[in-house]
Amino acid sequence: MTLADASLPRQPAIHIDELSVFYGDQCAINRAALKVEPGQLMALVGPSGCGKSSLLHSINRLTDTVPGCRVQGDIRIGSLAVHDPETRTDTLRRRVGMLFQQPNPFPLSIAENIRFPLREHGMRRRRDLDERVEESLRWVGLWEEVRDRLNAPALSLSGGQQQRLCLARMLAMEPDVLLLDEPCSALDPIATETIEDLIRTLKGRYTILMVTHNLAQARRIADSVTVCWVDEGCGCVVETGSREAIFVNSSHPVTRAYCDGQAG
Amino acid sequence: MTDRVVRLLSGLMAICAAAVLLLIMAEMARAAWPALTRVPVSEWLLSAHWSPSGGDFGLASMLAASLLTSAGALLIAGPAGVVLGAWMHLAAPGWLRGGLRTLQGLMAGIPSVVYGLWGLITLVPLVNTVAPPGAVMLTAILVLALMILPLSVLVTDAALSQIPDQALQSARALALSRWGSFRSVLWPRARAAIVSGIVLQFGRALGETMAVLMVAGNVIRWPDSLTAPVRTITANIALEMGYASGLHLEVLYLSGLLLLVAVALMMGLIQRGAGNL
Amino acid sequence: MRGMRDPIFMAAGICLVLLMVLPLGTMLLDLLQLGLPHLGLDFLLEAPRDAGRAGGVAPLLVSTGWILLVCMAAAVPVGLGCAVFLSEWLSPGSAASRWIGLSLDILSGVPSIVFGLFGYQVFAITLGMGFSILSGGLALACMVLPLLVRTSQQALAAVDVRYRDAGRALALTKTGMLGRVVLPSAAPGLAAAVVLATGRALGETAVLLFTAGYVMRMPDAVTDSGRALSVHIYDLAANVTGGLERASATALLLLALILLTTLGLHYSARVWQKRMLALGG
Repeated sequence: MTLADASLPRQPAIHIDELSVFYGDQCAINRAALKVEPGQLMALVGPSGCGKSSLLHSINRLTDTVPGCRVQGDIRIGSLAVHDPETRTDTLRRRVGMLFQQPNPFPLSIAENIRFPLREHGMRRRRDLDERVEESLRWVGLWEEVRDRLNAPALSLSGGQQQRLCLARMLAMEPDVLLLDEPCSALDPIATETIEDLIRTLKGRYTILMVTHNLAQARRIADSVTVCWVDEGCGCVVETGSREAIFVNSSHPVTRAYCDGQAG
Repeated sequence: MTDRVVRLLSGLMAICAAAVLLLIMAEMARAAWPALTRVPVSEWLLSAHWSPSGGDFGLASMLAASLLTSAGALLIAGPAGVVLGAWMHLAAPGWLRGGLRTLQGLMAGIPSVVYGLWGLITLVPLVNTVAPPGAVMLTAILVLALMILPLSVLVTDAALSQIPDQALQSARALALSRWGSFRSVLWPRARAAIVSGIVLQFGRALGETMAVLMVAGNVIRWPDSLTAPVRTITANIALEMGYASGLHLEVLYLSGLLLLVAVALMMGLIQRGAGNL
Repeated sequence: MRGMRDPIFMAAGICLVLLMVLPLGTMLLDLLQLGLPHLGLDFLLEAPRDAGRAGGVAPLLVSTGWILLVCMAAAVPVGLGCAVFLSEWLSPGSAASRWIGLSLDILSGVPSIVFGLFGYQVFAITLGMGFSILSGGLALACMVLPLLVRTSQQALAAVDVRYRDAGRALALTKTGMLGRVVLPSAAPGLAAAVVLATGRALGETAVLLFTAGYVMRMPDAVTDSGRALSVHIYDLAANVTGGLERASATALLLLALILLTTLGLHYSARVWQKRMLALGG
């Protein structure tokens, strides 16, 4: 049983146009624009405070839940207009998965972490649920490690394992778009490498937008890059393009400064 | 779908919870209304003559007794609480501070009727030796002060804990004494929180019934002396509710309404002040 | 802080500590002296005789228990529901949140005798419950409501915000999250809230004087009048000559019960902490 809506195309493109996010009077990001090609991984880089996370959160409308937050501009996933009042947030968030900086498994067992969201979204049969649990855990390489303790608390796993569990939980929902908010920054180098390798395998099957402040990581796995910067107290997009265009051929002074000297 | 149901139900509960206060105010006003229309303000507020059987409903002496006993208790326990709180925070060794905090927490949990009992057993005979008959205003003030003290200390302690350590560092750098550093560095910062916390205690003392009922003597007279028995508004209600009827009963409700309004105003002002900080 | 001479302050502090500890010490000693001889198993199991000068407090324990039960049965659903609404559906700064908070804050300052008057007027008279455990329990429920809401809110707020983030990103319903994640996580804190309210309710007297009444007999139903332990202490001390000894014994019993609930609170808080830490927080 699949949860995805078969009528909508998989691996849609992400279009962002003139996006501004305000928290009260404070501007987080101003008139950002970027496009993520279908099935590609775009890295969103830049110093802290330039609104990368706000941009990400406005794509799955988590900004709706922040009091006083205003979003202006146009975000489209495939043909779906994200901030259209007609668009339902639950449908949106089923298509768009998010991985957070801090691993956040539920205080439930490992298997229940994956079963609970699936059940909430309509998958009832025990057999289907167990199949999906095994499938998702295999995708992230956790199956062999935890197969004999599926009922152990998820919080007893290591940080890297927890993040992989969150990844499994997200993938089990069969999203089309993945939003990754610095998924490795809270992890040790070995766990980071494991997650990075996993993310690399996801390219092609999903359209991925990943926030990272690790330029080397972006260089390793991204197909395209968007550079953000802070301008007059507000975040903005400085340059966006393919990996070569940004890291090798860019002539924009901010990009050059940032990439060469890791300024900021 | 279920979200909507749960939201509705819990929202209903929230409305109920918020409505309780309004219900109480409405009900007290309704029950006191006949008294308000039939007894002029000049009588119930200003007359000290209380004789329900004779048609005299002067609450003044009881209002004065309530205010004076509470004020007296506050005068003792307020400054004492602040100084003790400051001392605990600045001068007490760690083990003592923790032990005292626990003690104060426990004291705050002792029911007022037990304080009243202790007052009857210990304090009244003690006061009796210097001021017969012992159950007098002074006793009530002392018992109330003991009841307010732990919370005054805890309020001070909490307010001082909010102040970042850096403030104290500057005092240390200036080689100020402990009291000096409290007075010039900590007090100005903590003053608002401490004062509002202590005013809260005044409201609590005003509303206290059982302890004063048991030790204040309960004679209706103008509270002109510490060594005279007095009756507070709260004690009056407790004593006369059992047999009052008609206008008498309605005036008792009126006195309850007065209490309610006074305390509500006080708390509202404090909350307003806290919200503006 | 070393090296600062402050003898007056130090002396003042020590004096004040004594000022606080001495009365408490004498209180305990006097109560023990008067009451301990009478505190035995028969005190707990017998009925009062001779207006309470002799015998025990068995029916009063039952009455007190029933009053607490009625109180919690009314206050917990309303209090928990209110707390859930405040924490899940209202944002902290919103007008509704502030008004509800203000109403509850003021309610927490209302004198207990006023609750007694209110309870008498509304429950005993208007709703026709008369002097009964029901009236007393409901009036008491109004009293402990602010405390319940505030501590329940704290318990709910203490649930890790990251769970809620995950739940939102996965498009899970609030109800689903509440049932499976939020309430189970907050359960120990919520239990502590109930225990705290129970400790408060145990000591209340003025509110019960004209709602639950004075009857010392073993109650048959919640519609019967029943005397609570706190009311018994007052009656014996103030209205019954020679009742001070039994009053002290009852006071010791009441203090022990309150202490038990406080200790239960500390214990459950400790368990909660350990559980949270073992799970990696």
